[in-house]
Amino acid sequence: MSARRIDGGRLIDRTKPLRFTFNGRKMEGFQGDTLASALLANGQMLVGRSFKYHRPRGIVTAGPEEPNALVNLGKDKRFEPNARATTTELFDGLEARSQNHWPSLERDIGVLNDRFARFLPAGFYYKTFIHPRPFWKHVFEPFIRQSAGLGQAPRHRDGDTYEHVNVTVDVLVSGGGISGLAAALAAGKAGARVLLVEQSAHWGGRLDDAPDIDGQPAETWVAETVAALTNLENVTVKLRTTHSGVYDHGYCLAVERLTDHDPLGPGPRQRLWKVRAGRIVAATGAIERPLSFAGNDLPGVMLAAAVRDYLTGYGVAPGRRTVVVTNNDDGYRTAFALKDQGLEVPLILDARSDPGPVAEAARELGLKVAPGKGLAGVSGKGRVEKAAVAAIDGSGAVLDELACDCIAMAGGWSPAVHLWSHAGGKLHWDETDAMFVPDPDKPPLGADGKAMVRCVGAAAGELGAAEALETGWAAGLWAATETGHKPKRGAGPKAEPDEETPIAPVWVMPRGADPEKRAKMWLDYQNDVKVSDVELAQREGYESVEHTKRYTTLGMATDQGKLSNINGLAVLADARGEPIPAVGTTTFRPPYTPLTMGAIAGEARGDLFQPIRRTPMHEHHERMGAHWEPVGHWRRPYAFPRSGESVEEAVNREIVNTRQNVGLLDASTLGKILVKGPDAARFLDMLYTGMMSSLKPGRCRYGLMCSENGFLIDDGVVARIDEDTFLCHTTTGGADRIHAHMEEWLQTEWWDWQVHTLNITEAWAQIGVVGPKARDLLEALGGMDLSEEALPFMSWADGEIGGFKARIYRISFSGELSYEIAVDAGHGAALWEACLDAGESLGVMPYGTEALHVMRAEKGFIMIGDETDGTVIPQDLGLSWAISKKKDDYLGKRAQDRLFMTDPNRWKLVGLETLDGSVLPEGAYAVDDSKNANGQRETQGRVTSTYYSPSLKRGIAMGLVRHGPDRMGEVLTFPGVDGTETKARIVEPVFLKEAGA
Amino acid sequence: MSEPVSALGGAVFDGAVKVTELPPRAMFSLKGDLASKKIVKAATGLTGVDLPGPNSANGAGENGILWMAPDEILLMGPRTDQATAAARLEKALAGTHHLLADVSDARSVFLVEGEGSALREALARLTPADLHPEAFPVGAFRRTRLAQVPAALWMRDGSAVEVLVFRSVAAYVFGLLGHAAAGGSLSHF
Repeated sequence: MSARRIDGGRLIDRTKPLRFTFNGRKMEGFQGDTLASALLANGQMLVGRSFKYHRPRGIVTAGPEEPNALVNLGKDKRFEPNARATTTELFDGLEARSQNHWPSLERDIGVLNDRFARFLPAGFYYKTFIHPRPFWKHVFEPFIRQSAGLGQAPRHRDGDTYEHVNVTVDVLVSGGGISGLAAALAAGKAGARVLLVEQSAHWGGRLDDAPDIDGQPAETWVAETVAALTNLENVTVKLRTTHSGVYDHGYCLAVERLTDHDPLGPGPRQRLWKVRAGRIVAATGAIERPLSFAGNDLPGVMLAAAVRDYLTGYGVAPGRRTVVVTNNDDGYRTAFALKDQGLEVPLILDARSDPGPVAEAARELGLKVAPGKGLAGVSGKGRVEKAAVAAIDGSGAVLDELACDCIAMAGGWSPAVHLWSHAGGKLHWDETDAMFVPDPDKPPLGADGKAMVRCVGAAAGELGAAEALETGWAAGLWAATETGHKPKRGAGPKAEPDEETPIAPVWVMPRGADPEKRAKMWLDYQNDVKVSDVELAQREGYESVEHTKRYTTLGMATDQGKLSNINGLAVLADARGEPIPAVGTTTFRPPYTPLTMGAIAGEARGDLFQPIRRTPMHEHHERMGAHWEPVGHWRRPYAFPRSGESVEEAVNREIVNTRQNVGLLDASTLGKILVKGPDAARFLDMLYTGMMSSLKPGRCRYGLMCSENGFLIDDGVVARIDEDTFLCHTTTGGADRIHAHMEEWLQTEWWDWQVHTLNITEAWAQIGVVGPKARDLLEALGGMDLSEEALPFMSWADGEIGGFKARIYRISFSGELSYEIAVDAGHGAALWEACLDAGESLGVMPYGTEALHVMRAEKGFIMIGDETDGTVIPQDLGLSWAISKKKDDYLGKRAQDRLFMTDPNRWKLVGLETLDGSVLPEGAYAVDDSKNANGQRETQGRVTSTYYSPSLKRGIAMGLVRHGPDRMGEVLTFPGVDGTETKARIVEPVFLKEAGA
Repeated sequence: MSEPVSALGGAVFDGAVKVTELPPRAMFSLKGDLASKKIVKAATGLTGVDLPGPNSANGAGENGILWMAPDEILLMGPRTDQATAAARLEKALAGTHHLLADVSDARSVFLVEGEGSALREALARLTPADLHPEAFPVGAFRRTRLAQVPAALWMRDGSAVEVLVFRSVAAYVFGLLGHAAAGGSLSHF
């Protein structure tokens, strides 16, 4: 294989070669490789172009913090943009393409942006593209959209499946390094229910850096600990599972990648874990910081720990000749690892003037160390070729130049405090270690008001193995104790402490670098933000770190500033002349790393995207070819078109037939709430504007319900079943809402009233039999007496019809003779068919919601949601007749007396008839002669319902118009959006006078 | 009169767990003071099982009492002659403030059967309720939700859960349960 593949590689299996392609080129890797390690092994350092300047970019990291190596992965149904090469496990047949370049990765036209970089500073878009206004939409935006952006949006439906799973645990441990393993073991042994998740495919974290644990190699300890955890029944361990976020009350999300590394494997691709955790132990490690020197974005400049990971984990040498530049002891580990592999390390540049014992150790190995030195810059064509050495405190005068093909930069570590911060944990600045660490006095609080998260190991700023084990074990005991378990006494795992010389923070290298150099120091690789941009933002008045972030876009890319945030705010602090803690950090928000839309959706796609509520007659309607209308989650037939008939024609036929013969309506979706108790009548008198207590058992009454602010929220027919019992019908969409409304008042205000309510909507199937021949149809079915005398208008009766035990209401919403027959839902379909059979000779036809709406409008009946919109009171709709004058109070009564509600200028309900018979546009406004301050026509009314009436063979509409009822016969003008105007006359809102029985 | 039909006509799904829509049952909602002797006597007299405590249910075959809320229970029995049963209940409850409603067709009941952890895992894909055996033992009854709809779960025995949902969403829930039953092992429960 490649010359860059060397010996070793703890994570790869050299007996299992894998083939893959990058930009169509065939390459090979091994089982266990990441896409990034395999690309490096194939000598592919250039992996993408930057967002703004289209500069060539290489792999920088070996983990989820990677800003550059984002690729388009797969194709067609399995295409995914912005996949991180550093966390994408290689599989046979993987296809990857680089992003953000045109026409090719090597020759990219957008690189012109780089030449003009000095004209593209922070806030460039805000400053430049504002004027002239139309240019943004037609010139600037299309250009920017073409040249900017990362991966492509998928064009196909996702071919994979996803699932969610809910678990409740005592302790969620995030991170399977040695600290997390110690925590899980402590909590698990104490008997707590533990879930341990690790984002990578391996346990142990930065295992190659760990010393012996309890006298054995760290690798052995990790394997034994994982085995012990797996054997504990109360512990679940999960690899390839990223803890994405911590939310209130210990609610957490984690994403398990099940087949990302094995796309042909069975089952869902990803699983979203919804975890309710008592306590959370964040063992999430730390992220190494880049150093800001000129040219630090050239391919070949990498984090020192990443260079080490590729060597020891994957047996890949990113470079043959690597200059190590560091400000702390950790950088030396990389130098030692390189040396160990026989690779060249021409020089270790250490910003510290006295690096201490580690430098001695390096010299003993024959490595050259330059204390107090840093990089003046690096250069090369497309990748690093040369490093220039300078004094760390100077302005960048070049002391020496070295040929090299890789730079390993070690700028210190930033604890991954994201999970601590998501739900409100605060940080403090640790001056000695130059890092933000969790402030133990200000933790995120759980439902019990106590700390719910604890950071351990590197995530708590404890970079040594000994401290990682100690804090992990202690946190495991804490979490178990806090969740009601009693850990036995016993020592946790131990390692020898490691003495290190403190870090010397370097935010700009060299510290006195001139502006030209600062304009070549990248902070945010993905969004192309440089040191000079942050300094410019500060000069322009963006003092707050949150403002600077948004002005420069620092940390706003898909990596969310994992590498750039701390460096950026340190530069900002320096520019402000203030200490770092005075500047603070931006807010850490979930998710920790991006998650797929598929994982978020889970099972909710296709047929399961949304619950669809079906009436007992749904299948029957489907067989009849119903054209459906969603009403809340219900599906109701809008109309039943016959073959060769348009939906509109069907609606007209259904109306004419219902008015001439008889129609059937599936009214099962109407809300039905049972209200019972000695105080039920008193309760309904408060809920409805009308008087319900005077209703006689066996009778029905139409009622209006208002909110306490007076606005009309629902309407429907109330039937009094007996002295203590009422059945309240609500609108289809109102059942749950009105039931909750009732319970809210009963439980909060009138808790001592003896009333029970129950939503029994689904227990019944209800069929409207409507039209002049309705009684004939029911008599054909046979059964109870439905004569005018036995069942007058607005009454109900229990009985039997056609062999069905039924309750029949004589109510009408169309002006026609009308019965609603309610039966147990389990008999609904049978009754529907029986009605169709019995009515065949009468010309019975089912009708849908549109016919229902037109027929009610022809009679001037209002519809909640059409004539009402949350701002309308019954008085606006001419419904004063439904408001009792005899009652002291009802919900909304006092609100309706407010000045605004009694204002005579309120728009009120009228009918509208177009002069030319056409149908007014939905929601059209009637204009006035006057204009407002903006030069727009004032309005004086609007259309609330508008239909073609087949009964009248013309358009009819209802609307709210200023002083409407006093202006009968006046003509209003309704401009359309197409420049035309429709004129309509104000009329009474009852269009069809003669119908009814 | 025709026989009442269930929403899905007894649909069955066989996967890692088996899902069966059960035939219609008699169900009565009873609201009132659950400490009232009359209410307890009426409920236990009809069903032959004891009144359950919060978040649990008692059952024997098709008979059962399910604890729905601090002031509400659901009574279950075979779907024969509900009217007589209702009349018997009303008689026993006379003089006590209560609400009784025949809601036999308001809900669909699915029997979900599976061995070992497969059963709990399938349901955990859909409900936020804690289904760990310690938190959800045999006899436990929880009103919760499955994905986007309200539902109630009743652990009948170690390998069977009855799932109650509103009738209108029976097809949705049957689809959900099928999706959940198709998933692999979580290695958690």
